[in-house]
Amino acid sequence: MISCDQAVRQLWGYVEQELESPDRERLEDHLDLCRRCCGEMEFAEELAAFMARQSTVDLPNVVASKFDRVLEDLQAGGER
Amino acid sequence: MRLDESDFSEIARQQIPWLYVLARKLTADKAEDVVQECLVKAYRNIEDLRTLEAAPGWFRTILMNCVRDRYRKDASGLDEEPIDDIADYSLYRKIADEDPWPYSDTVHVDFLHSFDEEDVWRVLDRLDPKYRIPLVLVHMEGIGTDEVARMLGAPKNTVLSWLHRGRKHFERELWEYAVENGMLKEKARSQ
Repeated sequence: MISCDQAVRQLWGYVEQELESPDRERLEDHLDLCRRCCGEMEFAEELAAFMARQSTVDLPNVVASKFDRVLEDLQAGGER
Repeated sequence: MRLDESDFSEIARQQIPWLYVLARKLTADKAEDVVQECLVKAYRNIEDLRTLEAAPGWFRTILMNCVRDRYRKDASGLDEEPIDDIADYSLYRKIADEDPWPYSDTVHVDFLHSFDEEDVWRVLDRLDPKYRIPLVLVHMEGIGTDEVARMLGAPKNTVLSWLHRGRKHFERELWEYAVENGMLKEKARSQ
């Protein structure tokens, strides 16, 4: 059976469904028997969901105005 | 109908908000420069854009090329993986071992909840671009690893390696940021 260190290295890949056979089955065998690594896996899932929630960056008005000027310059031939 | 330079401002204005958001996620404080480069390149090649519907994908490709160029310029030892112990880092174990809030039954979830969005961006900004970029594309933009490999012009196995190390760097930086900013104190948590 794989060690806890080996299992931890593969958990994110498992959560993201990147882990392929036979590594996937070896990890699942480990998770069947190791409570601590199950906790690690639940935390990896929590962390993946946490990252997916961070998506509300906005375009500041001052930056939008700057890009307006870039577009005006381009249309006027300034950057050509 | 062929699109030309006279159509450019109107088309570009619709794309700029999400282009900036993506560039901000990928390149942190270089986002303005990257979007500006993207706009100039797009303007010079506007004849290549066949339809309005294709504009988002077309602009995204140009933006990613700009990010990639900058990334190549900025990155040193792009293909070298440093030999360190980051692959074995576990934030789960770190939180369990340090146990910052002994009276909590949900210490791991509490730890994540102590970060607001601004904190998360500051943590991401601390990562090397070669780790931050795949991490953002996969975990925040929901893009598959095959597509990310194509976008970055890198073999899939290389992208998977960056992703693995990037996740571990992100875990470690979350902890270090929390320590540096006094987020693990009981008082800070109750505020």
